[in-house]
Amino acid sequence: MSAALTTADISRALTRISHEILERNSGSSQLTILGIPTRGADIAYRLASIIESIEGVPVEVGTLDITLHRDDLRIRAPRPLMETSIPAAGVEGRTVILVDDVLFSGRTIRSALDALGEIGRPERVQLAVLVDRGHRELPIRADFVGKNLPTAKSESVKVRLVERDGIDEVLIEGESA
Amino acid sequence: MRHLLSINDIDKDFAITILDTAHEMARVSEGAVKKLPTLRGKTVVNLFAEDSTRTRISFEAAAKRLSADVINFTAKGSSISKGESLKDTAQTLQALGADAVVIRHPASGAAHQLARGKWISGTVINAGDGTHEHPSQALLDAFTIRKHLRGGKGDLSGVEVAIVGDILHSRVARSNVLLLTKLGAKVTLVAPPTLIPPQAQAWPVTISYDFNSVLPHMDAIIMLRIQQERMSDLYFPSEREYSSLFGIDTERLALTKPHSILMHPGPMNRGLEISAEAADSPQSVVVEQVANGVSIRMAILYLFIAGSQESSNE
Repeated sequence: MSAALTTADISRALTRISHEILERNSGSSQLTILGIPTRGADIAYRLASIIESIEGVPVEVGTLDITLHRDDLRIRAPRPLMETSIPAAGVEGRTVILVDDVLFSGRTIRSALDALGEIGRPERVQLAVLVDRGHRELPIRADFVGKNLPTAKSESVKVRLVERDGIDEVLIEGESA
Repeated sequence: MRHLLSINDIDKDFAITILDTAHEMARVSEGAVKKLPTLRGKTVVNLFAEDSTRTRISFEAAAKRLSADVINFTAKGSSISKGESLKDTAQTLQALGADAVVIRHPASGAAHQLARGKWISGTVINAGDGTHEHPSQALLDAFTIRKHLRGGKGDLSGVEVAIVGDILHSRVARSNVLLLTKLGAKVTLVAPPTLIPPQAQAWPVTISYDFNSVLPHMDAIIMLRIQQERMSDLYFPSEREYSSLFGIDTERLALTKPHSILMHPGPMNRGLEISAEAADSPQSVVVEQVANGVSIRMAILYLFIAGSQESSNE
């Protein structure tokens, strides 16, 4: 099976997204980048370091666990909580960039918006994802997309990152692959 | 349906999952909005057939922070004081649609009876049954020890813990011995021989009758309350003698390692097992134990109740 995104594709996509974020927000001074664990958090830290190297100033970055805000808690077995680390400056009045690896049903992002609301009231929230695979179940869209990957619902999209999996690649697995 | 009746119900990995979950729950308690939607629509009944302050209010606070509906049921002011049986009480709770029952009862085994009796379909959480077990207290003690001595991560391997006092009547001691040794801690029981249960010889612990010789080696010291209400016989000659041999005061505290912590599950008999100066010393984490109790109970309620609909359909 060939990779839908190779190491070079991922690197180029993240660099482009970083520039788009800076362009849309006129710089990084108001930005707080929050990744959704686990791989969304890895991507958030990568975006932050790319933006830092472009702008030459540190960027606020952290992680946001959404487990306790999921809407399937009453039907699925409880899962362990992941780490949440909000930068000291908080989110009040900031532009929060939520980061996840794959955008699918949109339910994770809905949960993330709820989780964020409990921490504070950001000025605005934007969404960056590495892959948008379609099949939305809620009226949610991404502001910054690495790659649109049309998929069948029966397929699954696997994002592998160096931090966790030793390699950067995106694979599509499943029936029609 | 999963119940928390005894520390024996959970293995080491799950115990660590509970502690890790509590660590994240603690963040909620520190936040501006102390509320999560996690257990919205679930009903938690606190069935307290025995007096309790800390355990009851911390289970109540935990359930409310997770948005569960809470019904409090205490012996005084309910039909339990009119002699209603546990079965009849349980059937009432079932009719109320309780998703979980947190039970405190003076009879050892009451929580097991409630869980095995098939009178209710919800999760049963033991909040202390007679002289048997008190699992949530042991978990919060382990959480407190891990936070101070292990940086809030992993297990408790190599940590030296003394449990001092009325081991015989203490459900806290039983649950703590099971949990702390499961997590790799070395436990020493310190008490007069009359207050050590005979079966403790078979536990994976060291037993000592000499408090002073034990103190310099300990990382954490858990003082137990002398339970006058459970003492039908004379277990020691006088309170003064007990206090001078097995109570902790500032002189004894001076024998401990500087980083060691002093714990007590409450309520304290100041001047008997713990002096007022020791209870209020910088090494004392008694008040913090209460705050940690809320986080641990949030973790327990989340891990045992969320998603329980699925398991009850199996």
